Amino acid sequence: MSNPLTILVVDDEPAIRRLLHAGLTRADYRVVEAGSAKETLSAIQIDKPEVVLLDLGLPDRDGLELIPIIKSVGPAVIVVSARDATDQKVAALDLGADDYVSKPFDSEEVLARIRTALRHRLASETANPIVRCGEIEIDLAGRIVRKAGMEMHLTPKEYGFLAELAKSHGRVVTHAQLLRSVWGPGHESDVEYLRVAARGIRRKLEDDPAQPTLIRNEPGVGYRLITLTSS
Amino acid sequence: MNPPRPDPDALLRAAAREGKGRLKVFLGAAPGVGKTYEMLSDGAARRDAGIDVVIGVVETHGRRETEDKVHGLEVVPRKRIAYQGHILDEMDIDAILARKPALALVDELAHTNAPGSRHDKRYQDVEELLEAGIDVYSTLNIQHLESLNDLIASFTKVRVRETLPDRVIEDADLEIVDIPPDELIERLREGKVYVPEVATRALGHFFSKSNLSALRELALRRAAQAVDAQMLDYMRANAVGGTWAVNDRLVVAISEQPGALELVRAAKRLADALRAPWTAVHIETPRSTGFTDAENAQLAETIHLAAQLGAQVATVPATSVVEGLKHFAADARATQLIVGKSVRSRWFEMRHGSIVDRLVRETPGLAVHVLPLELAPPQRSLPPGRPVSAWGAPSGYAVSLGLVLLVTLLGMAIFARGNITNIGLLFLIPVMVAATRYGLRTGIVTGLVSSLAYNFFFIPPTHTFTIEDPQNIITVLVLLGVAIVGSQLASQVREQALLAQASSAQNSSLAGFARQLTGISTTDELAQVLCAEVARLLDGNTIILIPEKDSLSIRASCPSGYKLELLDEAAARWTLDNNKPAGRGSDTLTASEWLFYPVGTASKVMAVFGLSRSDARAPIRSDQLPLLLSLLDQAGLALERIALEEEMSNLAHVRERDRLRHALLSSVSHDLRTPLTTILGSLKEIRATSPEQEQQLLATRSEAERLHRFVANLLDMVRIEAGSLHQSIEPVDLSEAVASALHDLGAALLDHPTHMKIPADLPFVLVDPQLFHHCLINLIENAAKYGQPGTPVTIAAHRDTHGLALSVEDEGLGIPEGQEKRIFETFTRIEGSDRKGGTGLGLAIVKGFAEAMGLEVCAANRSGGRGASFIIRFRPGQLREWPQE
Repeated sequence: MSNPLTILVVDDEPAIRRLLHAGLTRADYRVVEAGSAKETLSAIQIDKPEVVLLDLGLPDRDGLELIPIIKSVGPAVIVVSARDATDQKVAALDLGADDYVSKPFDSEEVLARIRTALRHRLASETANPIVRCGEIEIDLAGRIVRKAGMEMHLTPKEYGFLAELAKSHGRVVTHAQLLRSVWGPGHESDVEYLRVAARGIRRKLEDDPAQPTLIRNEPGVGYRLITLTSS
Repeated sequence: MNPPRPDPDALLRAAAREGKGRLKVFLGAAPGVGKTYEMLSDGAARRDAGIDVVIGVVETHGRRETEDKVHGLEVVPRKRIAYQGHILDEMDIDAILARKPALALVDELAHTNAPGSRHDKRYQDVEELLEAGIDVYSTLNIQHLESLNDLIASFTKVRVRETLPDRVIEDADLEIVDIPPDELIERLREGKVYVPEVATRALGHFFSKSNLSALRELALRRAAQAVDAQMLDYMRANAVGGTWAVNDRLVVAISEQPGALELVRAAKRLADALRAPWTAVHIETPRSTGFTDAENAQLAETIHLAAQLGAQVATVPATSVVEGLKHFAADARATQLIVGKSVRSRWFEMRHGSIVDRLVRETPGLAVHVLPLELAPPQRSLPPGRPVSAWGAPSGYAVSLGLVLLVTLLGMAIFARGNITNIGLLFLIPVMVAATRYGLRTGIVTGLVSSLAYNFFFIPPTHTFTIEDPQNIITVLVLLGVAIVGSQLASQVREQALLAQASSAQNSSLAGFARQLTGISTTDELAQVLCAEVARLLDGNTIILIPEKDSLSIRASCPSGYKLELLDEAAARWTLDNNKPAGRGSDTLTASEWLFYPVGTASKVMAVFGLSRSDARAPIRSDQLPLLLSLLDQAGLALERIALEEEMSNLAHVRERDRLRHALLSSVSHDLRTPLTTILGSLKEIRATSPEQEQQLLATRSEAERLHRFVANLLDMVRIEAGSLHQSIEPVDLSEAVASALHDLGAALLDHPTHMKIPADLPFVLVDPQLFHHCLINLIENAAKYGQPGTPVTIAAHRDTHGLALSVEDEGLGIPEGQEKRIFETFTRIEGSDRKGGTGLGLAIVKGFAEAMGLEVCAANRSGGRGASFIIRFRPGQLREWPQE
């Protein structure tokens, strides 16, 4: 590519930065690094990255506070967080982060998340009303779901749930975000609605509902629509 | 003018009643007035009003109307107690406590329980029910009331053995069950009261019209008094009515004489009438040390009765009754003093003066009530226990007579120089010495010998025992008189000194004990010191039990190494639960060999102290009780102090431990995880250039992954043990959760097909999704690890009566017998499984996470076929049905 996309890697550990730097450079991204909140804030102004890989444990400021600031400038934010820090992940996502990866991460996984995030940045400009995952086709403009070309009947809530995932396809959507946009404000903690909808969709769309391939549950965080491009 | 202020005492009484059951007593003048019938009717009415009513015990005496009433009310079966070949039915208090009704009907409040029951008296059972918050209806005949017992016995000539302390019904609601005497006599004739053959006999004695009228009046008066008192209490607690008189304070002096019992009852009646607090005081004089066992027992009974009737009891040492009473009444700010006028010989009164006269004279401002003590004092044996025998020590005689000899020789020397009549005065010296130093009898003997010697050697005619000059008779009498008076004075002084010594011995043992306690910093040490000290002071066996979790354990005993019988333990337990003494010599569980006292504060028992004797005597004499109680009070305070100190230091320990844990947690998470992430990431980037390198790379990667899993597990374990698991409980769909776990396990399950048997109609489980996810991953990974390659892992769930069970089953070698629990312990791996590459933490984490969420995990071998089965159990409260859409 003539004009490589820029990724900002934010982590206070030089070793982690070096590791990511190597992997990302090999995938033809331009990489800039920051080790603190202060460096991050200047880097997003100067280097204008498309994606920020943000570790939340920074020495000078809580990484969570940076998310709204970064998002207001433009780049996508992918949070790098410890495996067990579920609350932190949810908080980051609800503050506007686009996605997260757990430490220790797999370079392939990081690259896939970056690709998804970049695709959304581009897609938001030229909205694509049809999302495809395998033989499932979600027509957001026509509000129609097809499986192998056949129109499938979903309840309004099931469709709303699926459409919400499809709009962010490949990215995780938190429980609260799903409940707010499909069931309305005031239902943010009625997680069982989501369970019911997810089960209904799987029953109707999955080949084997016991081994779902379409909608992935991220325990305690949210749901993710699996598209072929992202895995 | 100030607004009326509530009386604190009345408020306290009201507060003490809160949370307890209410007692309602159906009070009757005589048997047969219909108390039980009335109680049952009331109980039935309450039941109809929706109250949970049971019959604890009801005696129908075969009366038809009453028996009819019982029908329709739930009866708690009685307990059968075997006693000397008879089977006695008694109320089953434990069954009632377990049944926990809102209201229990318990007939005949004054009933005495069969020996071997928990309490001697039924009213004690009732008090326990009330403590447990159960309302009680009961019945009572007026003649059973302790304070009226003597009065009623005096006109009915029938003394009832079963008496009830007045305090029991003081706070109770009283309902008078009243029928006119004529009607009662009529009912009696018709055989409606007792079984017929007894009726006629009873009629003649007890049920005369005049008796019944008197009893009826007493019952009505008592009820009216109770209403008055409760009204007054209410008014004071709520400060209605503004002013009331300064309370009277009443002191009754009690002695070892049997008549003192009646004195105490009279005092109770007066105190009730005056609404005054009252104190029974025993003045301990030098005479008290010479009490016989019978007298001591009589005194103890009187003190016990006074305490039962609600008096404060005090024992005060003093040189004389008058002195003691005077000071005590002044200290207690008494307004009324009740004394008994004992029937003493005129001679005794001439010598000692009438106690009553002196009291009246010396206590102006105090109303002194004098009641006759009708009963003659018991036979007094020779005063035992005097430190020196009454006749004095032989050495005393030797010294005294030696002195007489000396004086005689000296007198003869003077006599030889001329007849000096005042030589007789010389003999005062040996008499005074003998009387003051060796007591009355030695003094009199010396006086006699002196006068004889004086007479023989110096009174003309000398060398005879005849006296010519009457003037010399006076000399002889004076010598004898000096002997008597001197010895009396001296012995009083001596006895006072002895008493002061005894009292100071008591004070010094208290002070010594207090000093010892201040240096003690552990419960064990305190227990040992207390046991040893009390055993030494009271000359008995002692033991201390301290509650630990649910059991009472022996902390110390003297002599050491004591064990308790089951019955003794029950008594100790009762003391712990009720904060009251129990065991031999108390009111409760008297068959125990030990007498137990609670040690602690008024609100909390911190230990139970037991006392026993090897011989059959009561564990403690009444005169030792104040000392023991003071010692226990001090020990209680010290125990509380130690407990607080231990709590403080435990808290400090816990804080320090938490700090270390936290430090470890963050250091491991950061210092190990970050380099591992880098290593793992880098390893994946590296491309091998030869097959050998490829092999090495694979091995390195798998080892690094293992190390990473180990660190992650270690971190989880630290979080579990630090109790720092953060949870957010949400409804989780089991099949979805299992699917997520299977997905995340990915490559680990390549060798094992998985079967999921989770019915679609199962409810949600309420768990923390993240922790539950890790539980599932660890369980499934464990199953894959121990199952032979190619064998399936089955995840199944089903509902049962206990909730829901999720099982993960493998087809491996199973769990060695007896290891089912151990495999959940930290760093446990099944023997011979070292090569499986586990860290020994997986199952411990499953258990830790599951228990943190309130789930239960267990392991067993599969019932049909090879392999192990791990089960997570959800209680019904952890399930939620699917919403209906």
